[in-house]
Amino acid sequence: MVRWLMAGIVLSGAVVTAQNPTLQGHPDDYVRADIEYGARLYAEHCFGCHGATGDGVAGVELRSGKFRNAVTDPQLRTVITNGFPTTGMPAFAFDPVELTGLVSYLRNMNTFDPGSSKAGNATRGHGIVDGKGACLSCHRINNVGSRKAPDLTDIGAVRSAGSLERSLRDPSSQMMPINRPVRIVTRDGKVITGRRLNEDTYTVQIADEDGRLLSLVKSELREFTVSPRSTMPSYEKELTSEEIADVVSYLLSLKGR
Amino acid sequence: MTMRRSICATALLVLAALVSLRISAQAPVPHERLLNSAKEPQNWLMYGGDYFSSRYSVLSQITPANVKSLNLAWAYQAPVSGSWQPTPLVVDGIMYLTQRPNDVIALDAVTGRVFWIYRHQNAADLVVCCGSNNRGLAILGDMLFMGTLDAHLIALDVKSGRLVWKTKVAESKEGYSITVAPLALKDRVIIGMGGGEYGIRGFISAYEARSGKEMWRSYTIPAPGEPGHETWETCPPASETYCDPDAWKHGGASVWVTGSYDPQLNLTYWGTGNAGPDYNASQRPGDNLYTASVVALDADTGKIRWHYQFTPHDRYDYDSVQVPVLADITWQGAPMKAMLWANRNGNFYVLDRATGKFLLGKPFVKLNWMSGFDENGRPIQTPQPPGMPTYPAVQGGSNWYSPSFSPRTKLMYVSTWEGNAQMFGSIPIFYEPGRGFGGGVNSPFVPTPGAPTRGIPGAPSIPNLRRGPINNWTDAAGNGAVQAIDPTTGEAKWKFRMTDVTDTGIFTTATDLLITGGREGYLQALDARTGTLLWKTNLGAQMLNNPITYAVNGKQYVAAAAGLSLFVFALP
Repeated sequence: MVRWLMAGIVLSGAVVTAQNPTLQGHPDDYVRADIEYGARLYAEHCFGCHGATGDGVAGVELRSGKFRNAVTDPQLRTVITNGFPTTGMPAFAFDPVELTGLVSYLRNMNTFDPGSSKAGNATRGHGIVDGKGACLSCHRINNVGSRKAPDLTDIGAVRSAGSLERSLRDPSSQMMPINRPVRIVTRDGKVITGRRLNEDTYTVQIADEDGRLLSLVKSELREFTVSPRSTMPSYEKELTSEEIADVVSYLLSLKGR
Repeated sequence: MTMRRSICATALLVLAALVSLRISAQAPVPHERLLNSAKEPQNWLMYGGDYFSSRYSVLSQITPANVKSLNLAWAYQAPVSGSWQPTPLVVDGIMYLTQRPNDVIALDAVTGRVFWIYRHQNAADLVVCCGSNNRGLAILGDMLFMGTLDAHLIALDVKSGRLVWKTKVAESKEGYSITVAPLALKDRVIIGMGGGEYGIRGFISAYEARSGKEMWRSYTIPAPGEPGHETWETCPPASETYCDPDAWKHGGASVWVTGSYDPQLNLTYWGTGNAGPDYNASQRPGDNLYTASVVALDADTGKIRWHYQFTPHDRYDYDSVQVPVLADITWQGAPMKAMLWANRNGNFYVLDRATGKFLLGKPFVKLNWMSGFDENGRPIQTPQPPGMPTYPAVQGGSNWYSPSFSPRTKLMYVSTWEGNAQMFGSIPIFYEPGRGFGGGVNSPFVPTPGAPTRGIPGAPSIPNLRRGPINNWTDAAGNGAVQAIDPTTGEAKWKFRMTDVTDTGIFTTATDLLITGGREGYLQALDARTGTLLWKTNLGAQMLNNPITYAVNGKQYVAAAAGLSLFVFALP
């Protein structure tokens, strides 16, 4: 049990790092997938005023890494979100994942070479998810697919590009504690596997691999194990780097409803 | 002995667990299951229990003989504030429940432990009247459906609680809201629109369950050129008081309680709310169809096949949002597909549900706003002079809480407010989107200074409905009662009188049990044949909901909410 807890803390920490940017990280602290995603967003939303080199607005040098109204990354996110109506900068309704990407790019704008970007193609990624990757045999997207693994319908609004890429290469490293696989053996030897939804001292509620909701009394179980290892296979060797970038690009487009 | 008993108990528990795992297939709920809901009495599949909204269960484990042994199995406390009006669904051992403002919760129906919660974020600028309530869900296939206060209809995955689709139905900042539990049938989900106190133009609409696409919309106020529009009469050329030439555009007829469905006739029946403005009827001359009415719609097209208006030209806020109870009865010696309706206006009605023909209307509480019916079933209205009490009061003889019809006793059971009166006053009001559109004095519990002093004898100060401490109702202001009404005569076979009033629905069972509650906070079981009290327990808060019964692993449960807690009882 203690070991599980420790593993959980480590994993939780990894997830927090991936999703909540540091106060002001060193350029190396930012994940390349986030930087690339941010570069795309910059090109779509910021380029018009700030320009390719970040100096399109008088008195603003985005590549300098110094901002008059933002020192930390959270402050930078606030500036982007709220804008400066009096100066002409509008407010932007970016989701947390997009903000992570933009901040990552802004922090690395001076050194990042857009030409080196392997930004994926979402359409190709969609095809891999539905086809070669067989992702829907476990996951569910827009009400299609299995309920065995977490629903990905809004994954692009809750997981950063870097986290998604790492999930594909090393699934356990990015697994949220709530998604840890459970294995239950009842007193008569029946084995149930699934994901834990809720738990208290005496009972546990799970969604089994068929998606059924089960509430079980712990004292009636022979075995109840929560594993820190994801049952999702690594795609490190299954997909090329380009294909992984394509899948990440597609997943980032899934913003929910 | 103790050890053996323990082993036996354990064996039973394991057996129960095995049974649970075996039977909890949690299969989708297609229309066929809803049609045949009587074949799976362990489940409570829709707001009214079945398409006829009979709220009658064939579960028979709990009987008049053992009901006094009911014990609390579990409780769920809603971590929100405000009055709670839930009717849960139970499907294959899972309970689906809503809590204010628009949360959906999936619980284990045996232990009350939560599987998942979905939280809908309502728009910040919504305008909603009379309590931010939601009365429940519908299920169809593998989706749950809920209307929201900001006038959206949403579909959730029944297993995960994930949003599948969300459809904007109307503009919430103009006062449109959805508090009604949807009705699911065939491949669609039907809802009604609330907001009658904000000058909405009410409607009932159907949405494709798979996609959320609107299939039809039927306004409960006909537009120019449509049948019934002539009942929004043209204002006279010279009127001493304000007359609204566009009254129909914001004339109310909201729909905020779930309708019923007759699969053979393919008609779905819905009650409609007050005309707007509520109290200043003179600014909207005419009968004001289809306010304070029941409308029968073709379930495929939404076309209104017939209507009956309970309170033409309503000036008392006598919403007809009671649940239409469908019953196959013997009427004057012949089979009759009937509709039974204990209306807020104080009359009990029997209608032919195939045609809408008026068969019977009879007061079930004291009333003086009318003196009788003409040969067509139209009430002969007798408005009271200013300052004089009108019976029943604005809350009516009954209201939104559900009645029950038992095919065993052939009686209709209704929670009623008896002997409750009100002085109504009217004030001209101009319509503005999103602004209250009452047009009168909503709570004139004491005579207006300077007005005639003849009030209600013995009740110089009738307590306000939103009075502070609970249970200070006085008999001078009326009382609550459960009435068992014989639909063939309209007479009450028995009454169970309470001191305080009641906003609790009713269900009955095959063992002739009747379960209900009241504002006093007692969950109580009555003998459905005699009205005799068999058991009661104090839940400690007002019960503003419809209790249900269900079974899991062969064990019958009774679920009822009081205050902000849902209590579930079972036999030991």
